[in-house]
Amino acid sequence: MPGVPDHLVAFVTALRSHGVAVGPGETVDAAQVITALDLLQREQLREGLAAALLRRGGERAVFDSLFELYFPVATAATGAAEPAPLEEPGGDGVSELRERLAGLLADDADGPQLRALAGQVLDVLGGTTGAGGAARWSAYQALDRLAPQTLLAQLFAGMGSRPAEGVTGELARREVRERIAGFRRLVEAEAVRRTAEQRGRDAVARSVVPRPPEQRDFLSARSDELAALRRTVSPLARRLATRLAARRRRAHRGRLDLRRTLRASMSTGGVPVRPAYRRPRPSRPELVVLCDVSGSVAGFSHFTLLLVAALAEQFSKVRVFAFVDRIDEVTELFAPGAEQSGAMARVFGEADVVHSGHSDYGGVFADFLTGHAEVVGPKTSLLVLGDGRTNHRHPESGALASIVAAARHAHWLNPEPRTDWGTGDSAALTYGRVLPMHECRTAAQLADVVAGLLPV
Amino acid sequence: MSADASPGSHHHSQAAGLFGSVDDVTEKLASVGYLASTAVATTVFLADRLGKPLLVEGPAGVGKTELARAVAQATGSELVRLQCYEGIDEARALYEWNHAKQLLRITAGGAGNPATAGGAGNPATAGGAGNPATAGGAGNPATAGGAGNPATASHREQGWSDIKDDIFSEEFLLPRPLLSAIRRTEPTVLLVDETDKADVEVEGLLLEVLGDYQVTVPELGTVTASRRPFALLTSNATRELSEALKRRCLFLHLDFPDADLERRIVLRRVPELPEAVAETLVRAVRALRAIQLRKAPSVAETIDWARTLLALGLGTLDDDAVRATLGVVLKHQSDVRLAMRELQLD
Ligand SMILES: Nc1ncnc2c1ncn2[C@@H]1O[C@H](COP(=O)(O)OP(=O)(O)OP(=O)(O)O)[C@@H](O)[C@H]1O
Ligand SMILES: [Mg+2]
Repeated sequence: MPGVPDHLVAFVTALRSHGVAVGPGETVDAAQVITALDLLQREQLREGLAAALLRRGGERAVFDSLFELYFPVATAATGAAEPAPLEEPGGDGVSELRERLAGLLADDADGPQLRALAGQVLDVLGGTTGAGGAARWSAYQALDRLAPQTLLAQLFAGMGSRPAEGVTGELARREVRERIAGFRRLVEAEAVRRTAEQRGRDAVARSVVPRPPEQRDFLSARSDELAALRRTVSPLARRLATRLAARRRRAHRGRLDLRRTLRASMSTGGVPVRPAYRRPRPSRPELVVLCDVSGSVAGFSHFTLLLVAALAEQFSKVRVFAFVDRIDEVTELFAPGAEQSGAMARVFGEADVVHSGHSDYGGVFADFLTGHAEVVGPKTSLLVLGDGRTNHRHPESGALASIVAAARHAHWLNPEPRTDWGTGDSAALTYGRVLPMHECRTAAQLADVVAGLLPV
Repeated sequence: MSADASPGSHHHSQAAGLFGSVDDVTEKLASVGYLASTAVATTVFLADRLGKPLLVEGPAGVGKTELARAVAQATGSELVRLQCYEGIDEARALYEWNHAKQLLRITAGGAGNPATAGGAGNPATAGGAGNPATAGGAGNPATAGGAGNPATASHREQGWSDIKDDIFSEEFLLPRPLLSAIRRTEPTVLLVDETDKADVEVEGLLLEVLGDYQVTVPELGTVTASRRPFALLTSNATRELSEALKRRCLFLHLDFPDADLERRIVLRRVPELPEAVAETLVRAVRALRAIQLRKAPSVAETIDWARTLLALGLGTLDDDAVRATLGVVLKHQSDVRLAMRELQLD
């Protein structure tokens, strides 16, 4: 393969620009991988490069998207048979393509056939004209017209021989949904590939390939990205908890327990071969969370509350208060045993947090001070979550200051970029003078901040 | 470009060279019952060929430990395993001096009398030299030697330096897995299991050992591997390993296998299971993994589930069978409830 080194370097550069930290050492490893493998075995090449270039599991989705761009399947090698032309060239082709797709999905057809159909769907339904009259391909437009999700009912009906009730039916439904999602991804990947052929892959790599979820801004992430992100909560909590345990150990190690050492030394004839240490159990703080759950910051709040729930063991007690323009306690909804999937919806259904519908930080802080002041005491760590946008109402930073003064520690986590603080109706700078405020735009940033704040 | 253009052949003359190709890995592992995905086979091949340790990270029960065992078995290597845990230290990972034996030798040498040395064979007598207060002093060999010996200073010096050479010799060394693996001359697979459980300080040690495959024992000198072991580190990712350690390794994120591979694994481990049941079982497990459970079922649980069905004589996986056995795959009661609802079993 000519120009392999240049090619590898371009690939590595694209990975870096997507937040994957690839150093020179990794690049050298990747070059060795390339010489050690049979390059015609594309999947082996993919896995080999991943082994040399990646250092954590979460980077794989980005890697795969970029791999498709930089090491595309040779078109001749796809094995995709040229799809049969549409039978009614006059029509828009939608119903015919839907029929074909339904047929393939019902048979659980394999890759090449589906890829060929994905190409055809783009040809027939995805063509648009870009700037300067050039042909462009839009997966969004093609899928919008094809509406494959509406094939579900038809496909279930087609599985008539199987029972639709209970496990068997449910498994089949889930699998069909998964196959449809898989087909959508094929159409999207094909559109990216064609666009790359036209505009050059570096341009496409920049604009099309998404960043890993933990590096997406909470405030602009799509709902499916937020859902993907929420799945990372428990591993993240586990990592934080272990890191914390290690810190605790280090902080409390070192005081020799003479009595236990001597007792242990009896078995070695009085020689204190294994000294015993005292391990004091420090009392854990109580955590009180005040959380803006309004639409603008909901993705951030939801993620952070799940994280708090997953870290509950680190505190002697956790109490959660949610607000928009009223504040109410929602502790049970985020308790460790509680079911987390619908928790956010239940905040709005079961708690009194909305009156007019727009966040009113000032009003809420004042209410909290009158209604719940006893919640915050000298053992309390206080956490406020929100963007501090008051909708131009009075920020009542005095009320917040009183709450903060009663607590042992207090911190504010803000999902907005620091540069936006204080702009428009943001009272972030005002509040930031009352208690330390931390920028938490992404899950990665949040994890770092939380790791630093956890009690030792 | 082909396998024999490998850089391994000139850069790392000690690279193991256990496998001829990626397909060879797949075949050899299959022959000992481990069914490798492309990712597994490719990375094992590369780790061997490039002479780099392989860091395998992934959820519990996806076959990380088993992979090391299979590589060892498939290549006729001996498996040397370092199981990590909280608080593991150099003495447990690398080597340790046999203090008890050293103390005996010191006491015996200090008395300068082989006959007494024999008597000192009883640890109680050896330690008995002191009540606990002086026992600390026994840790300091000079004092220990002196205490037992009223001879002149020069005499004492001479005696101590002999003893010192003696007690810091091979005979008193307790090699632990890392040192054992490096010293072996026969093919070796070194498994550092659950690396993330060890404290960060241990990573420094691993870096040193896995970097140059050599170790310095101050009293004995430097031990260099004459044959580089195939090193495999596993991690459940409960914490991030240090960048330096990761950079030294090839990285394999081992996730749940795809449906076809998992079905073959189950049939391989539970051959009595009817194929149709294996297929439904794997589909059900995959559906469970897509639900947001506290603990997603792993391959180990799929295998347990298969065994349970067999043991209960259940020939199909229908609603009742799932209801009766879901507790085998899901460990948390809240997960069982959620799964029941999601799978329409309420
Ligand atoms: N590819 C495979 N081929 C054959 N058996 C497998 C495979 N993958 C997993 N298994 C089986 O799955 C079970 C779990 O594997 P193993 O104990 O190695 O998991 P692990 O990843 O080390 O988990 P842990 O993190 O809990 O230590 C074992 O019984 C193993 O035999
Ligand atoms: Mg294991």
